[in-house]
Amino acid sequence: MFDWEFTLVLLTNGVLIGLMYSLIALGFVLVYKATDAINFAQGEFVMLAGFIVAGMLVLAGAPFWLGVAVAVLGMVAFGFGLERVVLRPLIGRPIIAVIMATIGLATVLRGAAPLFFGAETRSITLPISDEPFAFGPFTLPPVQVAGALLSLAFLAAFTWFFLKSRMGVAMRAVADNQQVAMAMGINVERYFAIAWGMAGIVSALGGLAWGALLGVDVHLALIGLKVFPVVILGGLDSIVGAIVGGLIVGVVENLAAGYLDPLVGGGTKDFAPYVLMILMLMIRPYGIFGKRRIERI
Amino acid sequence: MFHRESGYYKTTYAADMALYPLPIARWTVAVIALLMCLAPFFLHEYYISVINLVLVATVGALGLNILVGYTGQISIGHAAFMSVGAYTAANLAVRMDLPFWVTLPAGGLMAAAVGAVVGIPSLRIRGLYLAIATLAGQLIIEWTINHVPWISGGVQASIEVARPTLFGAQLKTQFQLYWFLLFFAVLAIVGTLNLVRSRVGRAFIAIRDHDIAAEIIGINIFRYKLFAFAISSFYAGVTGVLYTYYLGIANYEQFTLITSVDYLAMIIIGGLGSILGSIFGAIFVTLLPIVIRLGMENWGSFLFGNADINNLIPNLRLICFGGLIILFLVLEPEGLNRLWRNIRSYFRVWPFSY
Repeated sequence: MFDWEFTLVLLTNGVLIGLMYSLIALGFVLVYKATDAINFAQGEFVMLAGFIVAGMLVLAGAPFWLGVAVAVLGMVAFGFGLERVVLRPLIGRPIIAVIMATIGLATVLRGAAPLFFGAETRSITLPISDEPFAFGPFTLPPVQVAGALLSLAFLAAFTWFFLKSRMGVAMRAVADNQQVAMAMGINVERYFAIAWGMAGIVSALGGLAWGALLGVDVHLALIGLKVFPVVILGGLDSIVGAIVGGLIVGVVENLAAGYLDPLVGGGTKDFAPYVLMILMLMIRPYGIFGKRRIERI
Repeated sequence: MFHRESGYYKTTYAADMALYPLPIARWTVAVIALLMCLAPFFLHEYYISVINLVLVATVGALGLNILVGYTGQISIGHAAFMSVGAYTAANLAVRMDLPFWVTLPAGGLMAAAVGAVVGIPSLRIRGLYLAIATLAGQLIIEWTINHVPWISGGVQASIEVARPTLFGAQLKTQFQLYWFLLFFAVLAIVGTLNLVRSRVGRAFIAIRDHDIAAEIIGINIFRYKLFAFAISSFYAGVTGVLYTYYLGIANYEQFTLITSVDYLAMIIIGGLGSILGSIFGAIFVTLLPIVIRLGMENWGSFLFGNADINNLIPNLRLICFGGLIILFLVLEPEGLNRLWRNIRSYFRVWPFSY
């Protein structure tokens, strides 16, 4: 007998977790869209932001809003600095250079963060009630609901930004063709820096949400590995794609955990999204909403 | 090494592509060979074990450089191929009691087969997408080994393997293992040298420089890309087997994503598309944690409390490691190999440089 209630619970959990994945994937997509750079350190960005928030709240005893503000400003500054010091010299170099540079950065962050903030797991308490929302059979954890809402808010904000604002249009022009954008009087390097700064904002709030869910320590960076299935499924340069990809990954993961785990003995949660991603890469590598690139010699 | 290149005129392509570019290279090789043969007689067991690690890493770095440096295909899943080789050899050695000269090629071939399968997406995608596909390959292989007891031997996903036996005697000490590993490292170096100056190697380089253009001049991309993945994974598999024999145990924790990054760092720091660079990189990355540990144990107490030092070392290793990758990428993209060539060309015309 098919258990509808169980499936529905898995689906709702999947949607909520999926939207939280989208939150992290958005940072990746923003950077890729504007600068063609790949950020293999997205998980470490989130970890760093989590450490800053936890550090402000626990170590310095600051109020919640101050902790978040410091994290956002800190991550924006970090994004700017990173772009200037590491990524700008790598413009025009082979793709492996950027990949390895961000992997190197990830390694540095993973080594350095515990030195400053300590190795133990710290918790972030959001200023909302701990009581789960209950709708009939569903119980929704408030942290995940907050994360999902944050993700949707960012979706709306970035959609507006890229469609309507002057800066967003300029950024799309930069993404489309850097030389032409430069010829039209757009300061390309400035927009690269802005893209990294925006990724910093998203990562700061991602770190807040994920830190509240999982607790902040070095292992928080591992969710960075979940970003790849999300962005490949949705399309690397699509904001909507990041949301849809996140939903797919979240739902698939939960269904796998619910139905496949009893059959094979656990762990399919970490495995299923990658299989799906490989299939996507074989069939439609640019993703559901991604822009297909035509190669010219 | 340091010598004048004047007076040697190459009049044929064969001469230009010879294994020894100049007659003096024979002497250089002879001197290095002599040093390598004499070294273990004078060194302490600990230093020999470090050299052994370098020898194992050299094989893996060469293999990865064939794929990334020469063919231009990115692989973030190389440690997974090593684990395939390691577990194949360990299972064969334990269950069927086969000697190393069977398990070693078998591990390599199994890794090559798996590598070719993981390489299939490279026919359609490249660059970033390929990097992510191989990353998925790494995670899927890691997961499979970890979750299938038939492969991983069940307990802690590790299999104990007896040290290799040669002429009836078991290679127990580091001194004996040194010769075993040296043989395969030299084989790998000579093999790679010959590969990259052959028709296959030139096809790889053409694919790296522009794969569509390479296809137009008649290189079968399908065959050569998969071939590059297979050869490279073969090296990786052999590395895994050698490492297993070196440790006496096959364990998936030795072959995680971090190991893949270590090997990528070797070829980045050493120099992409360079054999000497692969060796430099293997030496550098293997020695880095050892040097950091030594430095911290001797001088760390000036800066930090004694109790903290042991906790600091892994973090410092990560920071130095990542920092060096970034530093090399930004300042010296061609790696240690380039630095070495700069030094050499400075001395070539010394003291009459203009």
